[in-house]
Amino acid sequence: MRPDPATVPDGPSAYLDHAASTPMRPEAVEAMLPFLAGTFANPSGAHGPSRSARRALDAAREELASVVGCEPDEVVFTSGGTEADNLAVLGAHAGRPGPVLASAVEHRAVLAPVRAVGGTVVPVDARGVVDLDAARELATGARRDGGAVTLASLMAVNSETGVVQPVERFCEAVRAVDGDTLVHCDAAQALAWLDVSAATSRCDLVTLSAHKFGGPKGTGALVVRGRAARVLRPVAHGGGQERELRPGTQNVAGAVAMAVAARLAAAERDATVRRVAALRDRLADGLADAVGALEPAPRALRVAGSCHLRFPGVVGEELVLLADREGVSTSTGSACASGAREPSHVLVAMGWDEASAAQAVRISLGATTTAAEVDHALRVVVRAVRQLRLGAAPAR
Amino acid sequence: MSGGVDSSVAAGLLVEDGHEVVGATMKLWGGASDSGCCSAADVRDARRVCDQLGVEHHVFNFTTEFTASVVEPYVAEHAAGRTPNPCVECNRHLKFGALLERAARLGFAAVATGHHARVERSPGTGRPRLRRGADAAKDQSYVLAALTSAELDRVLFPVGALTKAEVRAFAERRGLATAAKPDSQDVCFVASRAPGGGPSSGRRSFLEDRMELHPGRVLDAATGESLGEVPAVELVTVGQRRGLPAGGRRRRFAVAIDTAARTVVVGDEHDLLAGEVVLTARTWVGDPLPVGARCTVQGSAHGRPVAATSLADRVRFDRPSRRVAPGQLVACYLGDEVVGSGVAC
Repeated sequence: MRPDPATVPDGPSAYLDHAASTPMRPEAVEAMLPFLAGTFANPSGAHGPSRSARRALDAAREELASVVGCEPDEVVFTSGGTEADNLAVLGAHAGRPGPVLASAVEHRAVLAPVRAVGGTVVPVDARGVVDLDAARELATGARRDGGAVTLASLMAVNSETGVVQPVERFCEAVRAVDGDTLVHCDAAQALAWLDVSAATSRCDLVTLSAHKFGGPKGTGALVVRGRAARVLRPVAHGGGQERELRPGTQNVAGAVAMAVAARLAAAERDATVRRVAALRDRLADGLADAVGALEPAPRALRVAGSCHLRFPGVVGEELVLLADREGVSTSTGSACASGAREPSHVLVAMGWDEASAAQAVRISLGATTTAAEVDHALRVVVRAVRQLRLGAAPAR
Repeated sequence: MSGGVDSSVAAGLLVEDGHEVVGATMKLWGGASDSGCCSAADVRDARRVCDQLGVEHHVFNFTTEFTASVVEPYVAEHAAGRTPNPCVECNRHLKFGALLERAARLGFAAVATGHHARVERSPGTGRPRLRRGADAAKDQSYVLAALTSAELDRVLFPVGALTKAEVRAFAERRGLATAAKPDSQDVCFVASRAPGGGPSSGRRSFLEDRMELHPGRVLDAATGESLGEVPAVELVTVGQRRGLPAGGRRRRFAVAIDTAARTVVVGDEHDLLAGEVVLTARTWVGDPLPVGARCTVQGSAHGRPVAATSLADRVRFDRPSRRVAPGQLVACYLGDEVVGSGVAC
């Protein structure tokens, strides 16, 4: 499946924004087609067509569960990672009002609901790794003030810098203060690169997002393990599907595609990680040598596809634009409602000043990235950085 | 592209002329007003027009630069009892400052806007000249008067040669989304009214949040006697009539404001006249006017131009004219051509 040629310029291109979204795997596309007009019925009905849809949904549930290391009925299908994050935070808080903690570098889909319930942010160090001592202290403080922490949230992989968080030690740290604290892990960026099953085995709630690992957009899941299910209240109310935690007719086609994508991502992961890490190293080393690009944290702490770089003397947003003119797709920070770039809250939490944060560009490789793309990107980005540092385009 | 019809048509004209055009909306202010120029709705309008014209659209976050170069001086000038020129500063530092520099780095030849003004090349030297727009009622050369040839060299004003009616007609013919959109009038980052407030309540509310406002004594220009008080001396502008104790039946105007002493001097129309205005921070589009040169000057965006003589540090009016409020920009013209600007002392 090739990207739509109308949206890329003629000539070579490089899509290096996999952290934003990934192309669907052809197997996932194929797997979902029969459920659009063929096996289309509502899985909740009493008749044959419904039963066929329900069977497919259950099979997808089972397949996903085995990839992420939970029971099938612990999988709650949602419309994506953002909804799963909101269900985890708002649902836990509704069920057990109390303090909520989240790391300062969580995705806004976690930080926004955390703020909405008056939660507190756990600082990170200069590399962007959560400060476990601070987490312990905040949890202890909360308990002393009369309310044990209801929910503590730490992502598995940071969407901006690719840094892998110490999720298991985080679980230990907060549960040492209060064993009832639920731990939520936003694993949206993780499935492509890590064994999510191992990384989140001790978490009560886990967010998955299909379009980050070759699945469709508009599809995700929240893993709700045993005791979390007893606490969580639904955010939306309706027909009682997904164990009454997430009502609404399920997106069977999406779930099927997501499960296929997850299975393949997991099966190919070791090879993908090796191959992509080598490509990433080539790109990052090439840019460091040619134009002095700097990395936010050691590669050993980051996933294979992460090529987040700071370019001294350059406005990252301008680099993204220039690279785009030659078919290289990258990203900076995040956008506000108007589409204007906002300074990255992740970099700010890591202690970067506004000027340095403005020099950062998130380049993210994925399973489909080729050597040709990396070569093209290297040439284009080097040229663009040099042009930007000059202050004006060279005379034509 | 502000999301207004002028910049929409400017883009359309350039596309029609075969230029490679990219549309950019600047996000300058995310604060409470968000009702003037470049609000989220305006961004959507600009994007829609770009889609219609088949050009890329980007939104640039220049909020930091805007706060530093436009909003902070706006507040500081009020505190000092002077009149700020936010649109002039925005043009100088943002549209033809930060944006122009970004455009150059990105390899663009020029920045175009929907301003009603004209840039032309001198036949001999090729140097840029700035002229009033073709539609006198919409002329915006005043807010561009602080630009120099360095900026004007890389600027285009495609609608400057058109009347407003022609601009709207172009937009309608092309079916542009903003064809019938009303023009925005006020300072873009200040709502004209605070919720539930009267006229000018927006400015008061905006400034109140950022500085202390103090009551002031109102003094008679002729006798020096105290006529009463105003609730906020920092909100009074030279030439203002409304909201001042008149001490009589005659029309009284604010003639001078002293925020340090917290006084406002009021007089009649006659007291508002001055023979000259002293200028600082003079800028020139091209060569400076020689001392003693004749010119016309304009002291506000839609003020009447006044015949005058330009001197080293001031401009002397031919006839006593309305004084220019301290801090206000004075644009100097030769005919319909802007030759430079200065800030009234």
